[in-house]
This record gives sequence, structure tokens and C-alpha cells, in this order.
Amino acid sequence: MIHITKRKEMPLPQAMAIRLLSVILALVICGVITTILTGLNPIDVYVTFFNGTFGSARKVWILLQEIAILLCVSLALTPAFKMKFWNLGGEGQVLMGALATAACMIVLGDKVPNALLILCMVVSAVVAGAVWGLIPALFKAKWNTNETLFTLMMNYVAMQLVAYFIIVWEVPKGSGKIGIINQSTEAGWLPQIGSYKYLLNVILVAIITILMYVYLKYTKHGYEISVVGESTNTARYVGINVPKVIIRTMLLSGAICGFAGLLLVGGTDHTLTTTIANSRGFTGVMVAWLAKFNPFSMIASSFLLVFMERGASEISTIYTLNQSFADILTGIILFFIIGSEFFITYKVNFTRKTEEVEKTDA
Amino acid sequence: MKSFTEQTFSRRQFVKLGGGSAVALVLAGCASSGGSGTSSDASASDGSSSNAAAIKPGFITLHDENSTYDLNFINAAKEACKELGISEDTYMIKTNVPEGQECYNAAAELADAGCNIIFADSFGHEDYMIQAAKEFPDIQFCHSTGTKAHTEGLDNYHNAFASIYEGRYLAGVAAGMKLNEMIDSGKITADQAKMGYVGAYTYAEVISGYTSFYLGAKSVCPSVTMEVTFTGSWYDETAEKEGATKLINDGCVLISQHADSMGAPTACENADVPDVSYNGSTQDACPNTYIISSRINWVPYYKYAIQAVKDGSSIDTDWTGTLSTGSVELTDLNTSVAAQGTQDKLDEVKGKLEDGSVHVFDTSTFTVKGAKLDSYMADVDTDANYTADTEAVSDGYFHESEYRSAPYFDVQIDGIELLDTAF
Repeated sequence: MIHITKRKEMPLPQAMAIRLLSVILALVICGVITTILTGLNPIDVYVTFFNGTFGSARKVWILLQEIAILLCVSLALTPAFKMKFWNLGGEGQVLMGALATAACMIVLGDKVPNALLILCMVVSAVVAGAVWGLIPALFKAKWNTNETLFTLMMNYVAMQLVAYFIIVWEVPKGSGKIGIINQSTEAGWLPQIGSYKYLLNVILVAIITILMYVYLKYTKHGYEISVVGESTNTARYVGINVPKVIIRTMLLSGAICGFAGLLLVGGTDHTLTTTIANSRGFTGVMVAWLAKFNPFSMIASSFLLVFMERGASEISTIYTLNQSFADILTGIILFFIIGSEFFITYKVNFTRKTEEVEKTDA
Repeated sequence: MKSFTEQTFSRRQFVKLGGGSAVALVLAGCASSGGSGTSSDASASDGSSSNAAAIKPGFITLHDENSTYDLNFINAAKEACKELGISEDTYMIKTNVPEGQECYNAAAELADAGCNIIFADSFGHEDYMIQAAKEFPDIQFCHSTGTKAHTEGLDNYHNAFASIYEGRYLAGVAAGMKLNEMIDSGKITADQAKMGYVGAYTYAEVISGYTSFYLGAKSVCPSVTMEVTFTGSWYDETAEKEGATKLINDGCVLISQHADSMGAPTACENADVPDVSYNGSTQDACPNTYIISSRINWVPYYKYAIQAVKDGSSIDTDWTGTLSTGSVELTDLNTSVAAQGTQDKLDEVKGKLEDGSVHVFDTSTFTVKGAKLDSYMADVDTDANYTADTEAVSDGYFHESEYRSAPYFDVQIDGIELLDTAF
């Protein structure tokens, strides 16, 4: 029979070795499957996969931009998750930030100076996201409602609100599309640093990463979050006001999500669609968990996810394969990586004396 | 009026394309349109134009083959490349590209990869294609269904559409014939000849589509009326099915749709109500109710535009495919459901549409609030305030897809009732 026991803390080099091994195994299996299903040379496929991310300067910039946005959402979710508040509403909070940003750009467009407009955008995006995080937090703190369902449902409300406003602002009439906002005047577009379209986003998210690390690790707030996450009873016992911590943390979580919405609408896309968050509110959960809520490790895990997505889409373009095939490869790699965490956390013991084990179990 | 001249050029020039005199005609065409003449000179002089191997088209699609809308484009892209002898390793297709910054990124990546002509298939891609077109002036950007090429004034950015309203009109004729058959057999009275239509949005393309369908039916069955419902999505199988069911329960005896899923055809098959489909035949799934379908064939446009880059000639700012160019197609008349003599009637009307003796939006065939439409200012130049800017009615008919390729007929005519206009 097989016995599974929890390991003591595994030394980092050993843990990294297991992770590396899992990636290698995943790549081998992907290679075998690729050859069987498509007849392509797996090495070529890997090279293409790699080129999809690093093939040109532009591709590297796109990679950085995608990492920045995904990381921003993941960072936003982290304090809530660390508190064991399952905030699955990142998607909706990003959308609300995006909606608020777009509203400022459209309504205030050429009516106020650009600096003031951008200030309005930042404030309203952060507030909109924070409010969307605050509502489920209030219900949780006051009435102990299930935050998983609550935050999930808030996503749909946000999506419908965005859909409604798209129809209010659509151009041309009836098309259900807003198009690029202020394309001629560029009013409310976040400034571009030199000739680098995405550099500002990257820098801003890098700053948030450092701040989040410091906040979680060295501040009283961060400490309270981990205590509440470990046990609300302990927290209460040591005199932490749990409802206050929940509300404060969700305000922060929502606010950063709203900020991600600002970066998307004001920084890069300059439009509003119901799909602009692109499921990052959910992918971000995976990024945060894979990195065990360490902001710096999250750079690596968001890189991994973006790298695989970009590589996968490159394969489907170059070999005219359906994107689903690339998704299969991504799935295999993720399966192995998540699986490796299991072997890092737990130990598997094989025992030969099956009968005895069964008896003791009974 | 300038773009009107371009439009007439475009149709003639396409017909003559294979004939060698095309290049001269194209140059004449762009000379009349001002600035674009210089661009064709530039691309002709860089020397690559005569080299067929240097052609590398790139295609951007919103979804992949699982969407009937995108499948129609993807198949056209592959077929056009095959017919022009462009190998599979040469052209590139980027699928699942959202209508945001990703579209600009995809276009720029295709440009980096050496593509010299890049197509996109979804309306929301337009602004990002324009952004890319400004950054890569030597590369041609062609956008299907867009509206802004004629106002942007870029030499390398082009719109294309097809006169699908003519296809819808023909499909409507087939529907009207079916209604007549039902009246003659005593199944319904002439007053009960009510059709239902499932639309996506209250967008000009949809309004133009259902109105032309209705006018086609009315041309053979004068007592026909129609109800329209909207789903607020281009693809929502459940909503389309519910919409069609609602219309059937409301007393509609024939259904058509402008949305991309199997929702409406399936509802019709379940309720045994005849259906005029869109985007391709649904006969396999609905053998007892499917009559006919209209669709846009993008192969002629893709071939035209790619050939133009090959020849170093310029591409029309607005290109409208027609019945004659093969861009508007009727697919597979289902003779076991359609009324007798439908094919002959369709051939006859098709001929008349092609020679110009019949116009779809002939103002003598419909009324608006009880009066004849003598003048209508259409919103041809896209702007945030929907400013009506172009007189579209002249010579006794509404000139659809002439001042730009994308439809702009958004008149509410008598005989059609909109059940909901939330979208």
C-alpha cells in the first residue's frame, strides 16, 4: 500500500531540483505526444515555442507587458489569499477599474488638462476596484457570507455593467464596440517612456512588487494578515480585529486590481471590452499559489505562465495547428509543475505488507 | 462623392483583373483618388513587386476554426493562397486574437516576420490595424467589415465588405416563394404570412441584412410582415435558440437569422418551421426545414488584394464584393423544402440585380412611417456622435455599400416590427 505523509521543510536546492526534473519530464512527454499526433520534430517545436517569446525585441516586450499585467493582478490577490479569503473576484475588480478609467477618458476627454485627467483616472480606477473588493468583504466581516461565491458573482455583475456601458459609448451605433478611445487626441493615455510602449507598465508593476513584498513581510498589517490566515481564533485571542483586517485587506486587493484595469485601458489597449481582463483574475490565483504568495517568486511563476501561453500560440501560428493543441501542451507542463509541488510537500511511502495495513486502517 | 467614383472603378477593375489591362486601370483609379498614387509608385519601384516568391500574407482572426464566422475567413485565406501558388510555409494565420492591444501586437509580429500584406477579420480589430498601418507604411493592411479606411486617409489601410444585402434579398425571394406556397395550400392566410428574424445587434449591417431579406420576400409575397428580435451577441447559441422559439410562438411561420450559431436553425428544425440560414448551409443538421443560405465568400477579395501587392498596384480604399465578383453566394437550395420553381426565380432575380434593373433598396417598394423615402442622410463617416453626413438616396434607390464598403442602411421601414432594441 501507499502511505502519504507530510514532509518537513525540504531544503531549497532539493526542491528546485525536483521542479527542474518535473519540467524536463513534462517536455519529454510533450515531445512524444507532439511526434505521435502531428509527426513534427519535437526539437523544432520547442525552438518555435521558445522563439514565440524571445524571437525578437518586440516579442520580449510583449512578454514583459503580459507578465506585468498578470503579476499586478496576482499581487492584488495575494494579501487576500494569504488571509485565506478566497478572492475569486479579481476579474470583476479589474473590469471595474477598467470601466472607471474608460469612463474618465470618454466623459472628461478634452474637457480637463491631461495631467488632471490621468489623476482622475488613477483615483477612480483604484476606488472602483476597491469598492468591488469591499462589498464581499463587508458581507464576510458582518455576516460571514461565503466569499468564494460572493466574489465570483460580483464578476458577472461587473461584466454586465461593462456590457451596458459599451452600448452607451459604442461607435458606430449598434456595433457593440467602443474602439480606441481618444485615438486622435490621445487624451488620458498614460505617457510612453521613450519609444517603449510597455516600459511604464513594467516599471509601475515592479514598484508594486517591491512594496507588496515589504508590506507582507515587514509591516504590522502584513503580520496581521498571516495571523488571520493561520487561524481567526488565534488572531482574535491576540487582540486582532478580524473584521477590520478582512475589510482593509480586501480594499487593498480590489484597489490593486483596479489599478491593473487602469494599466490595461489607460496604458495599452485604450479601449473597453468585456474580455479585457482575459481571465487574469483566475490565472492570477494560480500564479500566487505556485509562488506560495512570495511576490518575487511570483515574477517567476507569472513568467512561466505567460511564456507557455505565448509559446503555445506561436506553435499554432507557425505549424497551422489549432490552438487547442498548444493548450494540450500547456496543460501537460502545468500538470507536472503542480504535481511536483505535491512531491515537495508530501512524502510517499511504499509498504509491502498490504494486509496488515488494511487491518490497521480498519 | 470621391469615394463613389472609386467604388465604380473597383467593380470594373476586378472584372478585368485577369485581363492584363488591370494595372493601367488601377493606376487610373488611384490617380483619381489623389494621394494614393504615390504609394503605388513607391512599391513598384522597390523591385520586389515582380518577385512572386516575396509575397507573404498574414491573417489575423478573432477566434479559430470552431467559430463559423472565422472558419469562413480561414478557409478563404487558405484557398486564396493555394490558388495564387503561395505555399503553406509562407503565409501565416494568427487565430484567437482579441479585439484589443493584442491585435496590434499580432499585426506588428506578422510585419516583423516579413509579411507584406496583413488581413484582419473582426470589426473590433480595426483601430489596432490602423495603429499598425501607421507604424508600418510599407506594408498593406486590409480589414474586413471596417468603416474607417475612407476617412483615415492612409495609403496602406483598406476596408472590404461584400454586397451581402443582395444575397439576403435573394434568400428573401426564396422565403417569399415558400410563404406563397403555404398560402396557396391553405396552410396560412395571406395575413398570417409573418416571418421572424433573429438579429445580433441593432447595427447597420444587421438592419441592412434583415431589411433586404424582408424586401426580397415582399417582392414575391406582398402581404408579408416581419418581427425582429436581438440577442446582443454575434454568437450565443442559447439566446439565438430562445429568440427563434419566441418568434415561432409569436406566430412567425418562417425564420431567418443574422448570428453565427446553430441556435435558430435548431429551434426551427425542432418546431418544424422553415428556416433561411446564414454563413453556409445547415442542411445536414436541419434537413426538414432548411431552405437556403447566403454567405460572403472572401476568396475573391483575398486574391485581389494579394495580387495587387504582387503586381505593385494599389488596393482600393473600400472594396465591395458583389454577386458578379463571386463574393456573395447562395449555398445549396434544399429542393425538398423550398417552393417549386424557386431556383428559376432566383436565377431571374439574380440576373436583374447584376444588370442593375432591380435595386434591393428601391424606394418605390417600401415606405417609412407611411411615406416614401426621398432623402436619407446616412452615417457613413464614423464618429462618436453618429453624425449623419451623406445623402444615400438618389435615382430612386438607397445606395448601399457605395460610399464605403461596410453597410450603412439603418432605416426603420414599415412592415418590420422590432420586438426589442436593447442592443
